[in-house]
Amino acid sequence: MAEMTLIEALRQAMDEELARDERVFIVGEDVGARGGVFRATLGLFDKYGPDRVIDSPLAELSIIGVGIGAALYGMRPICEIQFADFIHPAFNQIVSEAARLCYRSNGEWTAPMVIRAPYGGGIGGGLYHSQSIEAFYAHVPGLKVVVPSNPHDAKGLLKSAVRDPNPVLFLEPKKGYRLIKGEVAEGEEILVPIGPARVSRPGRDVSLFAYGMMHYYALQAAAAVAAEGIEVEVVDLRTLAPVDRPAILASVRKTGKALIVHEDNLTGGYGAEIAAILAEEAFTDLDAPVRRLAAPDVPGVPFSHPMQDWFMPDPAKIAAALRELAAY
Amino acid sequence: MTLPNDVLLDMYRVMLLARRLDERAWVLHRQGKIAFHISGIGQEAAQVGAAFALRRGHDWVAPYYRDLALMLALGMTPRDFMLSLMGKAGEPTSGARQMPSHWSLRSANVVSHSSPVATQACHASGIGLAIKLSGKDQVVLTTIGEGSTAQGEWYEAVNWAAVHKLPVIFLVENNVYAISVRQDKQMAVASAADKAAGLGLPGASIDGLDPIAMHTAMDQAADRARRGEGPTLLEARVHRLTPHSSDDDDRSYRTREEVEAMKSEDPLRMFHDRLAQRKLLTVAAAEALEAQAKESVENAVQFALEAPYPPAADAAFPVFVEDVRHG
Ligand SMILES: Cc1ncc(C[n+]2csc(CCOP(=O)(O)OP(=O)(O)O)c2C)c(N)n1
Repeated sequence: MAEMTLIEALRQAMDEELARDERVFIVGEDVGARGGVFRATLGLFDKYGPDRVIDSPLAELSIIGVGIGAALYGMRPICEIQFADFIHPAFNQIVSEAARLCYRSNGEWTAPMVIRAPYGGGIGGGLYHSQSIEAFYAHVPGLKVVVPSNPHDAKGLLKSAVRDPNPVLFLEPKKGYRLIKGEVAEGEEILVPIGPARVSRPGRDVSLFAYGMMHYYALQAAAAVAAEGIEVEVVDLRTLAPVDRPAILASVRKTGKALIVHEDNLTGGYGAEIAAILAEEAFTDLDAPVRRLAAPDVPGVPFSHPMQDWFMPDPAKIAAALRELAAY
Repeated sequence: MTLPNDVLLDMYRVMLLARRLDERAWVLHRQGKIAFHISGIGQEAAQVGAAFALRRGHDWVAPYYRDLALMLALGMTPRDFMLSLMGKAGEPTSGARQMPSHWSLRSANVVSHSSPVATQACHASGIGLAIKLSGKDQVVLTTIGEGSTAQGEWYEAVNWAAVHKLPVIFLVENNVYAISVRQDKQMAVASAADKAAGLGLPGASIDGLDPIAMHTAMDQAADRARRGEGPTLLEARVHRLTPHSSDDDDRSYRTREEVEAMKSEDPLRMFHDRLAQRKLLTVAAAEALEAQAKESVENAVQFALEAPYPPAADAAFPVFVEDVRHG
């Protein structure tokens, strides 16, 4: 076992997949000699050369559109969007093209590709380097949306994403790139399946659903309230689309209470979908109203630290919500 | 004419077949038997000239909705087209999920396209990139209307191909109108080919009413692509002899005189006359081809009218590759 950061695990996953399959290539802005602005692809250009790690023009929709074309031909592109905030010009290519190819061609054509995008706030990035974009895309049938929360999963999920025959949007919690460390097995192939959620901390009082950076905080909050006798079951969703309904329902049937945390805005955020699933399928198992803790409905994460802290959910805010829910 | 006679006759056969199919679609629409048709009448010569310059089945194509003649040249059958017009089971482009004329033909390397215009240009550059990376000698043709070249997607696609010297041919079928909006409200240049200068690739404007001129220009562009010298932008000047689609009434934005003047330059008739003058096409041969086309169109119409609709439950899949239930 080796301890490594989230971003090191992602880099290892790409390295192994580039070595394993000649069809795999990376394309994005500054991914070459520079190794990506977050250094996720550091060293891969030197190792695999300019045909496998391709610096694209500064044009997001074509990073995805060109990736789709290459995938149609039989390649396995990993398209990097420098910041999730800049994925919006490519919305049309992702939603109208990649996600629909299989359905619209009755399975004749598909776009096996990965779209990697660093997302989320807490890094002083202001409105345009902090966005959470998952709800826009988790809405779209035909697209898988994955968010890892620790190095082991990050490596295993990314490798699975590269091998998945469908388009996968892989959202990387960038605040956690270097902050989140963990053990990753060496010398064996790690493949974490896309789809299943994971109970990362068992408990009987409240179910806490989270993903990405918020999952990291969820574990901290669960540990804090455990000292007060509240046993929280933390569920790391890992895959937002298609979502693991059985895992969500099983946890709530055990605890009777649910808190969903995400750093995207509240209204129409991903938590609304989880809440709806619980309302439709677990109404009689609930002992309290479903609770969402999310960012407020302001247009973005402000730059200045006190305002950013006001915006972001954090372990203290999550712990407070857990206490309220446990006491209901 | 450097093309062999049998090839020229085959080009004429495909143009004629496309025309008769297209005309029949309008009639079916008027009879209330189909809901929608978007026409390629007037653009057949450009499409057939382009298609015949490809190594069909080997090279790749990312087409747009007016390319009926192109698709027939690439191997789509009248039955396929009629099934798609009527949304019937077995329709090969989309399993009757998409509107008609959203082409796809896997066996001919024709990739599926959608309705937002210009998206396919990026796919062509991606296919070109993949061809380059795999070291094959294929080329990819992508077609588009002149209005749609106003889209950012199109510029990004051409820029990619020019920067990376990708084997892509960008063919603009310029019929002057984007629904009702004329070319001068779409671009400030005289020819869509003029856009090449700013993007770093060669561009040429071709008489798209002449299939042989088209073939020659395409042939040169394909050679250039195969030599690794990169993409070419071609504009084919064509006529749209019909309204934009069966939902459009073009009398609100162009005069009948204008349309009649265009009809005096009907590419099908002009090619017919040219082949006849050169004694390549006898009266008897022309009549035989006409009869053949009519028969295959009527067969296709009958076949499609009698064909079943897909079961409604088929609408549930395939959202993901895991759901694919055939092949
Ligand atoms: C992004 C987008 N906007 C609008 C439309 C509606 N639309 C369909 S075809 C068309 C005109 C296209 O004109 P042009 O590119 O010149 O091609 P033509 O139809 O003349 O062959 C428009 C506006 C669309 N399909 N996609």
